Amino acid sequence: MKKLVMIGNGMAGVRTIEEILKLEPEQFEITIFGEEPYPNYNRIKLSNILQGDVHFDDIIINPLEWYKDNNIQLYTGEAVVKIDTKARKVLSDQGREVQYDELIIATGSKAIILPIPGANKQGVTGFRDIKDCELMIKLAKQYKKAAVIGGGLLGLEAARGLLNLGMKVDVVHLMPHLMERQLDRVSASMLKEELEAQGMNFLMEKETVEILGDERVIGLRFKDGSQIEADLVVMALGIRPNTEVAKNSGVYVNRGIVVNDYMETNVPHVYAVGECAEHREIVYGLVAPLYEQAKVLANHICGRETEPYKGSVTGTQLKVAGVDLFSAGEIHEDTTTKSIMVHNEYEGIYKKVLIRNNRIVGIVLYGDTKDSTRLFRMLTKQEDISGMTSVSILQSECSGAINDGDDVASMPDDELICGCNGVTKGVIVESIKTKGLTTLDQVSQCTNAGRSCGRCKPLVASILSHTLGNQFNEKAASKTSICGCTTLSREEVIEEIKTKGLTSVKEVMNVLEWNNEEGCTKCRPAINYYLGMIYMDHGMDDRDSRLVNEKMHANVQKDGTYSVVPRMYGGVTTAKDLKKIAEVAEKYHVPLVKLTGGQRIGLFGVKKEDLPSIWKDLDMPSGYAYGKTLRTVKTCVGSQFCRYGTQDSMALGIELEKKFERLDTPHKVKMGVSACPRNCSEAGIKDIGFVGIDGGWEIYVGGNGGVDLRPADLLCTVKTKEEVMEITGAYLQYYRETANYLERTSKWLERIGLKHVQEVLADKEMRQALNERLDKTLKKYVDPWNEAIQSKEIQDKYYMTHIIKVGE
Amino acid sequence: MIKTIRRIPVAHYSNLKARTGYSIRLDDKEIALFKVSNGRVYALENRSPHPKGGVLSEGLVSGEYVYCPVYDWKISLVDGKVQEPDNGQVRTYKIEIEKDVVFIVL
Repeated sequence: MKKLVMIGNGMAGVRTIEEILKLEPEQFEITIFGEEPYPNYNRIKLSNILQGDVHFDDIIINPLEWYKDNNIQLYTGEAVVKIDTKARKVLSDQGREVQYDELIIATGSKAIILPIPGANKQGVTGFRDIKDCELMIKLAKQYKKAAVIGGGLLGLEAARGLLNLGMKVDVVHLMPHLMERQLDRVSASMLKEELEAQGMNFLMEKETVEILGDERVIGLRFKDGSQIEADLVVMALGIRPNTEVAKNSGVYVNRGIVVNDYMETNVPHVYAVGECAEHREIVYGLVAPLYEQAKVLANHICGRETEPYKGSVTGTQLKVAGVDLFSAGEIHEDTTTKSIMVHNEYEGIYKKVLIRNNRIVGIVLYGDTKDSTRLFRMLTKQEDISGMTSVSILQSECSGAINDGDDVASMPDDELICGCNGVTKGVIVESIKTKGLTTLDQVSQCTNAGRSCGRCKPLVASILSHTLGNQFNEKAASKTSICGCTTLSREEVIEEIKTKGLTSVKEVMNVLEWNNEEGCTKCRPAINYYLGMIYMDHGMDDRDSRLVNEKMHANVQKDGTYSVVPRMYGGVTTAKDLKKIAEVAEKYHVPLVKLTGGQRIGLFGVKKEDLPSIWKDLDMPSGYAYGKTLRTVKTCVGSQFCRYGTQDSMALGIELEKKFERLDTPHKVKMGVSACPRNCSEAGIKDIGFVGIDGGWEIYVGGNGGVDLRPADLLCTVKTKEEVMEITGAYLQYYRETANYLERTSKWLERIGLKHVQEVLADKEMRQALNERLDKTLKKYVDPWNEAIQSKEIQDKYYMTHIIKVGE
Repeated sequence: MIKTIRRIPVAHYSNLKARTGYSIRLDDKEIALFKVSNGRVYALENRSPHPKGGVLSEGLVSGEYVYCPVYDWKISLVDGKVQEPDNGQVRTYKIEIEKDVVFIVL
């Protein structure tokens, strides 16, 4: 067996080894040295770790077992300090000597650290590896102010992460525009505005000349003499090929380690690949070209015929702080280019295509990058576009007409899907068909698509779904268990509860063999809800399976205090109630008294132990501002006083609220009642909205004014108040019985279909049965605040803070 | 430096209900005391290690874990370690139980 040694354990290097193992699993005895104490991980995802989206384990590409399974000797935390190219051996910093027949240098690159006074102070770091991330996370816990030097991709990602960690962030940039290598002036200023809105502060055209402080950093000084404070300084100016060991060992180094089209250095049997390598005077830093190099090198080392590596045209697909960007080729206009531009300021979309001699030579996309693969293909293939209109070039301008499925179907087989790993649609389809793949994970494992930056995963999923047809949908549907504690779906759990007569959360988890004996925060509240929905008149609520707000009957605030919002039916109050609220606010030194969005008064910042006595003093029912239940019924003034009002909206609102209050629902439910179509109570964005018209009411459903902003649909129009109550009761009960726990009515209605609900409610018997079940359920509720006031046990268990003086 | 170990009685074992957290203030320290289904009692600092904090005593208890009520982090009551995918650690306190009295050892 030939001995293959690799210096470096990063993405490009390990990819080369993977390619070699694919070609010649038995030909080499492989040894890898990695300076970091980890297996190969996905460096692109470091910013996600900093931003708190993912954990380190999630970004490991090759776990330690992979090295073991492939008989690779891995030395982590060990750097190679010398290559003896004559004797063909390497020497590590731990004094280890290893012989090689072939040697790959894949040492990657290092963060550029400015050579300015103070750069070695504590609190100054690059942003390049796990260690840097850990340092930033640690410092963010102790300090408030961070400065990021560098307004390129890396710097902005670091800055976004530090914002997430709760720091104030200044971004210092030498140039007048952000990301000047990828963006033009317009898109750069759009990005800057967006990031400022997210809380970043920019100092443009500032050259840092000194880092201030004694042992640790306290600030930065700029060339113009100005200064800022900083407890943490991140240098994100870019990367420099890590060529030291090559240089010291007589391998020819220019900016990077110089290689030819087969990744050979000037020394026989020594190769370089990845960010440390310089090919035709270019050092690549993006993953796609590096993986191309890896493939060429693997073929060459295995002695296979291979096309030489001729360099790559790179398109950069990025996501910076939630904004999609793509750029490729030339960025700035000159006298020989013509450009097509779309600048939609309202939606924050900008697209520019630069054209020279009827061929696309540059692309900048901001906010919407759906066109990127197609445009990039036109750029790399130098397609003649003289027959095309500008609209068809920037196709997705009218993308309303094109849906994803058609897109996938009409896509040519050689369309590049995963830019990082160079995987085409044809390859994905082929492996789905020949290897019988059914999940996204399997496709990623087999083809590498989506294994790096992960941006193409939605596209891979639609190819999977398109290729498998109906099969896919069934499989996907059968996999939605209610949480990780079980494999059962909502329907199965409900069915089992009914047929087996299970009556408590504990029993459900026991009998249905939960793999986590006492469940989690997803399943326990859900089971508790389903039980309460199935056993209508049973008062066996498991309070400890409810999450904090519902358990405490108050909203927990971020500092551990609570808010108290008493019921104020239909937003109508009295002088007497207002006085009581005012007195309570004074007596308990309530820090904030505020009108809520649902037309009532909230007392914020109440101490837990004060809750029962405040409730007692108020002597008002709970407004359930914390619950998965009816929250508020917002009303306008209506016909009692308003000259436009055609109906008595306040009276209907009060009646609705009194009837349906306290009812457990899968998620919160908000209502609004307007006396005329001017709709002052915003009934069009409520779960159920009522709009008075001449001689009746329109009932709207499925509206949402929150995260999933959605206008409500007209369910039906009725004549009388009695009909309103009947339809509303039946609608609510149908939602209670068929929605998933935590599914808002807007999502539920879209899933189940407005038409279907209309049909159900049109059936008189059905309507009656639903209302009977609802009424039976409504009987079991009592006011929770009053209950707490009456019960010493509840007070002791939930609302006491036991104060103990030490030393007594 | 002289270090005194103090043992402070904080509750009667028989009064504690299972799967419930109790908040206890010892001078300036706030401690969350939990009794779990198997009868064991644990004490942790009553503060989630999430950067934005939050108390733990009101969290949902499952086995020997508590879920941070505000950010839903899963935290071991035994060693205070935050479970993946999040990470961090809450300070834990030693508990001693003698004749129905629960002591926290500082």
